[in-house]
Amino acid sequence: MAIEDDVLVIGGGLAGTTAALAATERDGDVQVRLVSYKQSTLRHASGLIDVLGYTPAGDGPLVDPFDALEGLPDGHPYERVGSEAVRDALEFFDDIAGDAYDGAHTDANALVPTHGGTVKPTARYPVSTAAGLASDDRDALLVGFETLPDFEAPLAASHLEAAGVPFEACGVTVQFPGITRDDAKITRYAHLLDHDESVATTFGETTAREALAETVRPHLEGESRVGFPAILGDERADAVRADLADRLGVDVFEVPMGPPSLPGMRLEDLLYDALEERGVRVTTGVPVVDYETDAGETAPNGLERIDHVVVDRNGSEIPHRADQYVLATGGLVGKGVRSERERVFEPIFDCHVPHAADRYDWFVDDVFGDQPYARFGLPVDRDLRPLDASDEPEFSNLRSAGAVLGGYDFAAEKSGAGVSLATGYVAGRRAASEGER
Amino acid sequence: MGGVIVDADEGMATDTEVLVLGGGSTGCGIARDLARRGLEVTLVERGTLTDGTTGRMHGLLHSGGRYAVSDRASARECIEENEVLREIAGHCVEETGGLFVQRPEDPDDYFREKLEGCRECGIPARVLSGAEAREVEPHLAADVKRAIEVPDGAVDPFRLCVANAIDAETHGARIETHAEVVDLLRDGDDIYGVEVRHDSGPGKRTHATPGTTEEITADYVVNATGAWAGQIGAMAGIEVEVRPSKGVMTIMNVRQVDTVINRCRPKGDADIVVPHETTAILGTTDEEVSDPDDYPEAGWEVDQMIDTLSELVPILEEARTVRSFWGVRPLYEPPGTGTEDPTDITRDFFLLDHADRDGVSGMSSIVGGKFTTYRAMAEEISDHVCEKLGVTAACTTAEEPLPGSENIETLEAGMDDFGLRSPVARRSKQRLGSRARDVLETDEPNPVLCQCEGVTRAEIRDAVSQSGSDLNAVRIRTRASMGNCQGGFCCQNMANELHPEYDEETVREALDDLFQERWKGERHALWGEQLSQAMLNYALHATTMNRDRDPASADADTAAVDFAAFDGGRTEGDRVDSSRGVR
Repeated sequence: MAIEDDVLVIGGGLAGTTAALAATERDGDVQVRLVSYKQSTLRHASGLIDVLGYTPAGDGPLVDPFDALEGLPDGHPYERVGSEAVRDALEFFDDIAGDAYDGAHTDANALVPTHGGTVKPTARYPVSTAAGLASDDRDALLVGFETLPDFEAPLAASHLEAAGVPFEACGVTVQFPGITRDDAKITRYAHLLDHDESVATTFGETTAREALAETVRPHLEGESRVGFPAILGDERADAVRADLADRLGVDVFEVPMGPPSLPGMRLEDLLYDALEERGVRVTTGVPVVDYETDAGETAPNGLERIDHVVVDRNGSEIPHRADQYVLATGGLVGKGVRSERERVFEPIFDCHVPHAADRYDWFVDDVFGDQPYARFGLPVDRDLRPLDASDEPEFSNLRSAGAVLGGYDFAAEKSGAGVSLATGYVAGRRAASEGER
Repeated sequence: MGGVIVDADEGMATDTEVLVLGGGSTGCGIARDLARRGLEVTLVERGTLTDGTTGRMHGLLHSGGRYAVSDRASARECIEENEVLREIAGHCVEETGGLFVQRPEDPDDYFREKLEGCRECGIPARVLSGAEAREVEPHLAADVKRAIEVPDGAVDPFRLCVANAIDAETHGARIETHAEVVDLLRDGDDIYGVEVRHDSGPGKRTHATPGTTEEITADYVVNATGAWAGQIGAMAGIEVEVRPSKGVMTIMNVRQVDTVINRCRPKGDADIVVPHETTAILGTTDEEVSDPDDYPEAGWEVDQMIDTLSELVPILEEARTVRSFWGVRPLYEPPGTGTEDPTDITRDFFLLDHADRDGVSGMSSIVGGKFTTYRAMAEEISDHVCEKLGVTAACTTAEEPLPGSENIETLEAGMDDFGLRSPVARRSKQRLGSRARDVLETDEPNPVLCQCEGVTRAEIRDAVSQSGSDLNAVRIRTRASMGNCQGGFCCQNMANELHPEYDEETVREALDDLFQERWKGERHALWGEQLSQAMLNYALHATTMNRDRDPASADADTAAVDFAAFDGGRTEGDRVDSSRGVR
């Protein structure tokens, strides 16, 4: 028996969840389902919501990302949806994120220190990062841990100064009290602090938060804020930070880290909580393996319609039918765009992915050069419908959002989260309003 | 250290007795040999040790089977040296065994000749049926006809070469990397040294002031620059007819085979798979090039490796490759031989004494040869140098184990895991051999910095202590950044270990060098899983860290970032600021 919904979103990352949430926005009666296969790439991501940090030509860092939206080339996802939609989508995100994120008080980008010690422009940031902005001029102490090799605090502090930050940065490496294994997972650090577990220290048995504060205290030399790698609690991160701040008498912040990233996981939790709250039906761990078009019926404009997709649930193939579909399966990393030696393709609907015939034209020799592969993805119309090689929509009832889209290099522009939000938001709303009819 | 400019007149003091040019296996082997004989040795290398041909080979420790039909002298030498290296460099060798596999379309005559050749040259050889061969290697094609089993092995050329250099240093040699020879010092018909420019290679910021030059004088110069020997010779107006020949090698993400797989047919491209550490390496081609530093690297060569070798091991067709690289063989043939096809040029080596050959004294060049027999070559050349200098000390390199391979069996038995998880401990101990205890025993936290290859902080720090801030030199010593992620997740961690010994700017540049070097080989594997990995690496370094637009690395003419114009936080207006005044 087929599963029937109004809107089916394929993909569970930032774009997919945003699309599903936006589809419920106008009318609570629209039945929305989200299916996803792999763990979303959110846990690779820093949790920052970048909108646009640099123009495609590399100008920046941009103080005001919205100013620059108007100048983007044809085919850029932001150009497709228009700058108003970008603002609306951010507002939509701000509503969902509530107190968990900051940055909505201004159009200006913030500059956030990265764990590599450089700074990067971003539009919204987790509240845990708020006190750490590099565009804030208070002196900062950075604290790293001997057992977390990806953040070398003294080096990051020197690097920030080399980047010209308007404050003095100092770094120190200490032992994390209560961590006994050199290869403890970051969730172990977070758990220790969340539950304020009892730990043994040289000054006796105490709690994890107190022990950490006491370890850091002697290194404070008048700085009014202290930054840690992003491991300060998971479920009770706010309380952990507040407690540490209270004990140390300074603001406490997290420096976003690479994978696995707690801020990314916290964002994922926040989005999935919102999906549940809004009645979106979510099935994870299931791939979409096939689709069928509506054999007899084409849309009035002569386009093919997707009748249903086939989902593989533990080996049984279950048809999922919906009126409207949103494809948000991610880019090369999320495997929404795949490749072989001879071709680049979209694996579910075989939507057109423009690419050079010779794979040696997919890259340039400078690792940070203008990489063609970084722009691989689907071209879309202004309704976000994937276009075939002759610029006609592939299907009348399929839209796409997020990194599966082509025509932009999110890594160079620092536009990944913003594009996912804006296109997810637009695709979700349009799908819902058509699905209603 | 050198730097003293000396007159070349007879009887004047020189900086060193012997100056070896080239830090590959031959050069390091000669430096070790001569240093152990008590000579004063200086070795200069323009890049990192192994940068030229040594670090760009397929990692095959020849049994000699490959030459058993065409070149029996080489085959005999291979099996002898194969046995020597298992003894003196056990920690760099994996005794995988090898198969010469015959497909139904491959000639029976050749198979028979191969078997006869092996037996004649003293290479242990045993015939396996197709079914038996597939028992050894289940991924062999279902239709392979039969195979000859030989004692081929896998060898880590990086660690072997570095071990030679370390032993040479222990015996007093000076090993100077990132010192490019820019001129040969010649007085009339005598060569008496070289001029080097420091910091000519990437990443080196330790030994000498970048950009400075130094004249190093010597009683005797050994040109062991392989494919570059002609360029060195030309500096003194001497012609060395080296014929560089390129070959491609493609690295797979896992070991599809645990045995060296050779195709048993007359010479041909794409006929070998060598298991190497966590990977398998497909090789190769043989094509003459005019410039060993600048030759085309084409996608079809990679395709040919995969497509042709899939005939032997069909799963290669769909497997993931992590990178490809090209190496340049230093082939040589005496003037007038006139061989057209580089595959027909002998793999034997030649010692060219320029005094006999060109009437120019003070230097010999070594060309040709192959990695497996590097030690024997070094011995012969060292004998020659000793004769020139009137030294009678005997060679000890065939008996004395290299650092890391001393008493390895007894050590392994008594070794603990140094607090490491067992897969990490096992791999670390394999790499370090008898040095494991010295390197890994530490009271400090010792987290794993490279997950793909299981490399811990202690091993990275040990490598840094040997090679300075050059992270590519750290890489070849440890294998860190050489696994599936090709450094995407660990380059940064490796760079972090350079600080605070090296300052922030040095660390940043070293990281950039390593990341770019990893990309160089990865470009040739950009499809499927590895393209996905490349995008992830790019995103981590550009998105998460913003390393592509780092204000600290901006050009001097780029305007500084106006931090005050950006969002300083919601509370900036009403904050009581203890550390700074008003903006």
